[in-house]
This record gives sequence, structure tokens and C-alpha cells, in this order.
Amino acid sequence: MTTEPRNPPPQYVLRLKRALGGKAGWTGLAVQIVFAAVLAWVAYEIVANARTNLETQRIASGFGFLRNTAGFDVSQNLISYTGSDTYTRVFLVGLLNTLLVSVIGIVFATIIGFVLALCRLSPNWLLSRLGEIYVEIVRNLPLLFQLLFWYLAVLAALPAPRQSINLFNAVFLSNRGLVIPRPIGQAGLDPFLAAVAVGILGSLLLRGYARRALFQRGQAIRIGPYVLGLLVGLPLLTMLIFGLPLTFELPQLRGFNFAGGSRVIPELVALVVALSTYTAAFIAEIVRAGIQSVHKGQMEAGSSLGLSRGATSRLIVMPQAMRVIVPPLTNQYLNLTKNSSLAVAIGYPDLVSVFAGTTLSQTGQAIEIIAITMGVYLVLSLVTSAIMSVYGWRINRSLGA
Amino acid sequence: MKRVPLVLTLAAAAALSVQAASAQTLKAVKDRGQLSCGVSSGLPGFSSPDDKGNWTGIDVDVCRGIAAAIFDDPTKVKFVPLSAKDRFTALQSGEIDVLSRNTTWTLSRDTSLGANFTGVTYYDGQGFMVKKSLKVNSALELNSASVCVQTGTTTEQNLADYFKGNNMKYEVIAFASADETLKAYETGRCDVFTSDVSQLYAMRLKLANPADHVVLPEIISKEPLGPMVRHGDDQWFDIVKWVLFAQINAEEMGVTQKNVDEMAKSDKPDLKRAFGTDGNLGEQLGLTKDWFARIIKAVGNYGEMYDRNVGVGSKLQIARGLNQLWNKGGIQYAPPIR
Repeated sequence: MTTEPRNPPPQYVLRLKRALGGKAGWTGLAVQIVFAAVLAWVAYEIVANARTNLETQRIASGFGFLRNTAGFDVSQNLISYTGSDTYTRVFLVGLLNTLLVSVIGIVFATIIGFVLALCRLSPNWLLSRLGEIYVEIVRNLPLLFQLLFWYLAVLAALPAPRQSINLFNAVFLSNRGLVIPRPIGQAGLDPFLAAVAVGILGSLLLRGYARRALFQRGQAIRIGPYVLGLLVGLPLLTMLIFGLPLTFELPQLRGFNFAGGSRVIPELVALVVALSTYTAAFIAEIVRAGIQSVHKGQMEAGSSLGLSRGATSRLIVMPQAMRVIVPPLTNQYLNLTKNSSLAVAIGYPDLVSVFAGTTLSQTGQAIEIIAITMGVYLVLSLVTSAIMSVYGWRINRSLGA
Repeated sequence: MKRVPLVLTLAAAAALSVQAASAQTLKAVKDRGQLSCGVSSGLPGFSSPDDKGNWTGIDVDVCRGIAAAIFDDPTKVKFVPLSAKDRFTALQSGEIDVLSRNTTWTLSRDTSLGANFTGVTYYDGQGFMVKKSLKVNSALELNSASVCVQTGTTTEQNLADYFKGNNMKYEVIAFASADETLKAYETGRCDVFTSDVSQLYAMRLKLANPADHVVLPEIISKEPLGPMVRHGDDQWFDIVKWVLFAQINAEEMGVTQKNVDEMAKSDKPDLKRAFGTDGNLGEQLGLTKDWFARIIKAVGNYGEMYDRNVGVGSKLQIARGLNQLWNKGGIQYAPPIR
């Protein structure tokens, strides 16, 4: 007697079961559905209740306030902003300020962190002890304390504008920040930028060509001189033809403060310094752990192939270490972004300060504003982890794992 | 430490969504056995704790007056220190029964926050404080100055209006708390500290050398400061209103903390109505007949409260000015008790 082979359930049903219930299968699915229903009911109750309460207390609700005039100023705005702009504009100004701090902070924290890790792993006794001391001190002090230290103890100790530290009458450093000449675009700017773009693009194409030649035909092509010509020569040529792309406006002390020039406010400096030095301590430990996780046989294998120490680290050890480093590194990037909300303590106008702070207390619309702010941080975190996932995936692929 | 306010706001936002609208604040306060009162976290003259943790100030006395009217005991108050940006959420969410925290009465606050102002405890205006060494005599000389301000206040908007109106540029640095703002001013991050004038005088006392700083003569705004209660409970609204009105009326009628017992025996019709020996005005409020006497015994009349906290009897030494009674050259005025 032959048993008829049962048709396996269609692929999508299997996938659904796996996604919802794991091994528990349909029971798991039922539990999940009930759970989702309960969650939806709770969410509905919260929204309905909030709406009733807001109405009975006659608290304004909805997102209409975003179109109202803000009527207050912000000390740093990357896009044009005046007090007569709307709360939407305030939101954008705050968001950009948060992004600015996060991006600069992440770049610096990564650089400092990697350097620190290499110090700690260095055979040089002094260097590794210094690295250790840094990590242990910085990691164990509260971030807010460090922030206030940089802001109140270091930057506030700089001289007043009239006595500022002066470099060639062009760069001034005072307790109002760093003032530098402001670049002003001239007629030659567009051709210059075009030349730079062409230079970069051309160099990338050349590099691709050279790599293909190396991998496919084993032919090593020297592209150095061409790249130099493209990146430096071409822009210089346009400057000769079209004139200088930029002129600089020099800052001048007038009245209380500097007029002209661009200014980096001390709040930004303090925040970036505090965030990047603090996060760097954690990154250093992650990088150190990552490098140590690579078996030392790999290093020996590299040298037995005749590769130099540097080449072994760069081509064999680091790619394997990065696989371990990337996931916890992502966490540190997320932490840095979220910690930037401490800005309010030193008067840096980040999203939390100008939007979840000033805007909230002027409109009183706590639910809407907090929801928007939470959404922003959620999106920032998801985008950061997505980028890092792609990077991690590429490393894994290149390792063939 | 600084992330707490956000968490608090968040929690309050969540509380807002579950707390049922209650029209029974008086009953809730009586059941709890104490009044929950939102105050500023440390502003001499208005609300500040001393080294033993006792709160004093005009805003504090408003709450003590309410507690005295309800419990006949001015100590039955729990003070909740709030920053400028957290204060409204705390009131909306029911965390406090009354907000008595030098808050400026404006139309948008009266309408969109789900709260009502109950009266004016202090008529203030916004001013500027600078270092004497800058040799500035007028706010109109402040073009291109850096200005420190506390965030989440009407001050920020008045400041923008004033500089724009006078065609002057400025840089604003906004901090979450008054103390951080003052610190930044003291370290020289900004040239100017702006706030309500009463607050400038109070904060000046906290500086290392108060005499090195001067408050400029310009007053650029109207800042009527007063307590707030939630919408939806008219009885509670009436009680908080009439505690202040009782104090102002008491000053006008010459009733003081010292002579209140004597005055209670008076035959004058207006005093008899106030003290409840004639009619039941206190009971109409939901309180007792002796509500008026309780308040004055506990915190004194308006003039006494003023002098003790910000006036001649205090370190701040601020003249009565607009806060003088209407019949003595000021604009402080209360509806009659009848």
C-alpha cells in the first residue's frame, strides 16, 4: 500500500507560520492575533480617552499649530530663519542642528575611538597606559558633567570678544565662539565646482579600470599622476581661466560682537567635544575587543605569506575585526545621537531644546510635539542602523561569509 | 539629570490620556489631605526653599492661603518645583491642583492650554540686566549684543519683538533653567540677561557681586503674573480666585495678620460679610464661614505678603509701584466681597 505523498503547504503559508509562530505553528499564530487585537484595543482606548479629555479641558489639539508664527529667535540656524517664521520652520532648524551635532560627533568619535584602541593595543607601554587611563576616566564620568565641564570650565574661560585670541586678524577665538572669514561665491565658483566633480568622477573611473586590469589581466597600472592631474590640475586650470571661485569676508569687531565672517558658537563646540570624547571611550573598547577577537594565527599567516605588518592588519585582520565591531558600534552611534538632546543644558538649540522645549511650552501641545519628537529620534535611529547594516553586510560579503 | 524633564513631559502626556476629567478638585484635595501646588524651583521673593526646606515667596503664600482656607492649616501644601517648560503639562495632567509660578497671563495661554488664570498676584514687566562695566545706559544701545534668556517663557518672544521693532540685531542663547541662564551670563557668554524685572532683581542677589550689575530702565512688556487652574472645575476656579481677592480686600479694609481677631468682632457691614458673621459667603464658595479670617491669619493681607517677600521687608526691596492698591496710586484691585 503506497501512501499518497502529501502536498506540502504553499511556500507563503510556511513563511507566514515561521514569521508568526515559529515552531508553535498555528497555535502561535492564534496567540499573536489575540495579542495584536489587545494591543490595537489598548491603543484605541488611549487615543479616544486622550481626545475626550482634551476636549473637556478645552486644550487645543491637532497639528494646526505648526503653521503659527513662532515669534522667538534661535542662536544657530543652518537654514534661513527669523522669529516671524512658523513652528514648522523651528522644527526644521532644530532637526538640522541635531543632525549637525550627531554627524560631526559620530565622525570625531570614530576617529578618536579607533586611534585610542590602537594606542591601547600598542606594544609601547606608555601609549597603552595612556589609552587605558583615558578610557577608564572618560567612560566613568557622567556625560552631563563632562558637557558642563567643557562648556563652563573650558570654553567660558576664553577671553571676551574685545580681548579675543587673534590669528592674522582673520580668525578670532573668544567666549562667543570661533569666528572665521566667510567665503563668498564669485563668478568662477560654478566652473570650479564642476571641475572638482569631473575630477572626482574621473578618478573613480580610472581606479575602477585599474582594479579590473589588476584582477582580470594581472596588469598593474600606475594611475597616481593622472589622478593628481584630475583632482588638482583641472580645478587650478578653471581658476586660471575664470578667476578665483571664492573671496573671503573678514570678521571685524564692532560693538559687542563680531560683524561679518562665519561663527561657530561655543555651545556647538562644547557639545561636539563632549559627545565625541565620551563616545570615543566606548568605541575604543569595542574596536579593541574586535581586533582581539581575530585569532593571532591570522597575523602569523599573513607574515608567512610575506605581507608587511601594516598590510596584514589592513587586509586580513581589520576586515575580520570589523564584522565584530560594526553591530556594537551602531549602538554607540545611536547613543551619541540620542545623547545630543542634553544640549538644552548648555543652550545649544537642538530639536529637543527648541521644539520639545520652547515650542511645547509656548503652544502647550504636549502630545503632538512629544509624538513628533519621538518619531524623529526613531527615524534617526532606524536610518543609522540601516546604513550600518548595509555596511556590515558588505563586509560579510567581501569575506565570503 | 537634564533628561528628566523630557521623561516627565512624556509621562505627563501619557497621564493626560488616561486621567479622567475631574470636576471635583476640592474634594480630591480634601481627601488627599494636602494641596499640590506647582511653583518655580528657586526664585527668591516668589518661591524658593530655605536651607531647612521651607518654601517662601509670594507664589508660595498664594498656595498657603488656599490651604489655610480649606484646612485651616497653611502647612498642608506639597510644593512641586517645575521648570518653565514643564509647568503647563504638570497642570494639564493633574499632577498639581494649582500652578502658582510667576506665569504671565496671555490670551493664548488662557485659551489653548486648558487652564484659566485666576488673578494677578504681581504686575511685572520685562527688563534687561547688564554688567556696569559695559557702560550701557539704555536697552536701545544693545545692538548686536548676546542675550541670555530662559527658554519656554514669554520673555523669548518679547525679546524678539523688541529687537525687531527697534531694528537691532542680537544673538539669543536660551537655557532650560534660570540658574543655567544666570551662570552663562556670569561667565560672560552673553552681555545681557533678560527676564521679568522682579526676577532680574531676585537673580542679581545670586551673583557674586550684585553691585557690578545694573537693571536698565526700559520695561519692554506687560507681564501680569498669576496662578492658574485647570478648565472644567468652576468651583475650584472660584476658590483660588477669591483667596487672592480676600487678601487684596483685607489690605483695603485694613485687616492685618495682627488685628484680624479684633476686626472679626467689628460691626462694620463689609467686615461682617467678609468674616461670615453676616451671611454665608464662605459657604457659597464651598468653604467655611471663617474662610476670610483663616487666610489672613495664615498669610496676611496682600500688602503684608508683598512687603515680606519682595518689598521693604525683604532683600529684594522692590517698590510697590503698580502693585500698590488702586486707591493709593497703583492698579491692584479686587472685586468686593458681598
